[in-house]
Amino acid sequence: MGKRTIIPIGPYHALQEEPEFFKLYVEGETVVGLDIELGYNHRGIEKLSESKTYEQTVFLVERICGICSTSHPIACVQAVEDAGGVEVPERALYIRSLIGELERVHSHMLWLGLAGHFLGFNTVWMWVWRYREELLNIMELVTGNRNHYAMMKPGGVRRDIKDEDIPTIRKTLDGLHGPLELFRDAVSDDPIIHARLKGVGVLTPEQIVDYGALGPTARASGVDIDVRRDHPHAAYGLVDWNVVTATHGDVFDKAVVRIGEMFESMKIIEQCLAKLKSSPGPVDSNPKEIPPGEGIGHYEAPRGEVFHYIRSDGSNRPARHKVRAPSFMNVLTDREAVLGATVADATIILAAVDPCYCCTERMAARDVATGERVLTSRELIRLSQAKTEQLKKELGAEGPRLNLEAM
Amino acid sequence: MSFAVQALTRSLNVFHLAGSACNNCDIEILDALTPRYDLERFGIVLVGSIRHADVLLLSGVFNKKSAIRLQHLYEQAPKPVVVVAIGACACAGCMFRESYNWYGKISDYIPIDAYVPGCPPKPEAMIAAVAKLIAKLRGS
Repeated sequence: MGKRTIIPIGPYHALQEEPEFFKLYVEGETVVGLDIELGYNHRGIEKLSESKTYEQTVFLVERICGICSTSHPIACVQAVEDAGGVEVPERALYIRSLIGELERVHSHMLWLGLAGHFLGFNTVWMWVWRYREELLNIMELVTGNRNHYAMMKPGGVRRDIKDEDIPTIRKTLDGLHGPLELFRDAVSDDPIIHARLKGVGVLTPEQIVDYGALGPTARASGVDIDVRRDHPHAAYGLVDWNVVTATHGDVFDKAVVRIGEMFESMKIIEQCLAKLKSSPGPVDSNPKEIPPGEGIGHYEAPRGEVFHYIRSDGSNRPARHKVRAPSFMNVLTDREAVLGATVADATIILAAVDPCYCCTERMAARDVATGERVLTSRELIRLSQAKTEQLKKELGAEGPRLNLEAM
Repeated sequence: MSFAVQALTRSLNVFHLAGSACNNCDIEILDALTPRYDLERFGIVLVGSIRHADVLLLSGVFNKKSAIRLQHLYEQAPKPVVVVAIGACACAGCMFRESYNWYGKISDYIPIDAYVPGCPPKPEAMIAAVAKLIAKLRGS
């Protein structure tokens, strides 16, 4: 056994967009252990959500993550609609799917570019991101912003897609088919990509099930789950599309699944655009009240299933809002995938699940190895109380105080 | 203008530091480097180490854990360094300023030279900010 060294990656590292801290334990060139420390991105969104009205909550959950910034809102509004038994007009369903799929294509292109960057293949990065701009143009045309679209609201969508915009959208999407085919062929033909990605970071179906991994990470290992098909929501039950799976579970297959999904997404977008013509009508059912009750919302985000739970007490604010993001499940599989790999492959393996830490940091964590405490749920409540006390002092208001010891 | 400040008005080495961000500003910063906006043609490059940085780009709110790291990183940066707050969160805390985990206004613990508002700001806005900063430095 060689000498064990720790390579720290992060929390602020050139390879990462977000703050997260990996400790790679290596012997020579081989990775023998991995610790992940989170907590740099915890913003207390679930607690903040309780202070916002249902309509404001959508804007808040949109800012959980900038890349899946329509997945969280869709799951959230579906949870509210489930709690309140709200009907959604058909046209709004098509618009939801349309925006969701446009986001999926842009997110997968973003991943493909970053994967190229992590491999040291910067041409792919620049090249893919150049075509990603076309999608952001569509988003800007339809929603008014390149990211953070603010399209979803309980009961429908906030903006309609204008008929005169549809030809422009079609034309842009038609122009994207060529580049997408080029990327598919480039990945499947390039011997260097084969050499770097095939057989690297393999996850078996058993490991996927054990860790509860989701999305393209699971589908690349042959686990056929997709909440769009299993629990149809938005317009996914109304259009024709296929779930893309692969069998090997390595990084190469994860890329293949994501590229395949981009083509499926284009298919869904085409069909939604066609259906918009035949389903005129309102895009919003304007729900006035959410009665007491519970609701759940699923959405298949680009990284896997997003889950939102909302409990209503009959007021205009959620009494409890729980979020589970797919990266929370997927990031843990890193440990299985990276053991035994070389340091050079570790970056692409860690990036292969398309980790999203701003989504993940919903709960308290404890570093078992060092016993270093990060933040427990109790402490979060205490911090929250301290903030309330401070606000009360500022505002001069008095109110009941939660007895933490009695809990 | 001192020699060090004059050097800052040339090709800028940028270090990008995401606090507790939603990732969007960070992606837009990267977007500014890719072919459509291509900031690299002005000699602006992202660097991997704070010790090479002329400009520190901050995005996102900083929570009680990341704010400590920000202060360490700021101390490690070679001075003079220009600090730019990108996005509504870094500028003012956005909707997270009511959160129990918000550390406070960034300008209370490190000096900020430029603010780029927006959620997220467009790459054009970031380029405009850098151009204005350089003009300001030249005038000083």
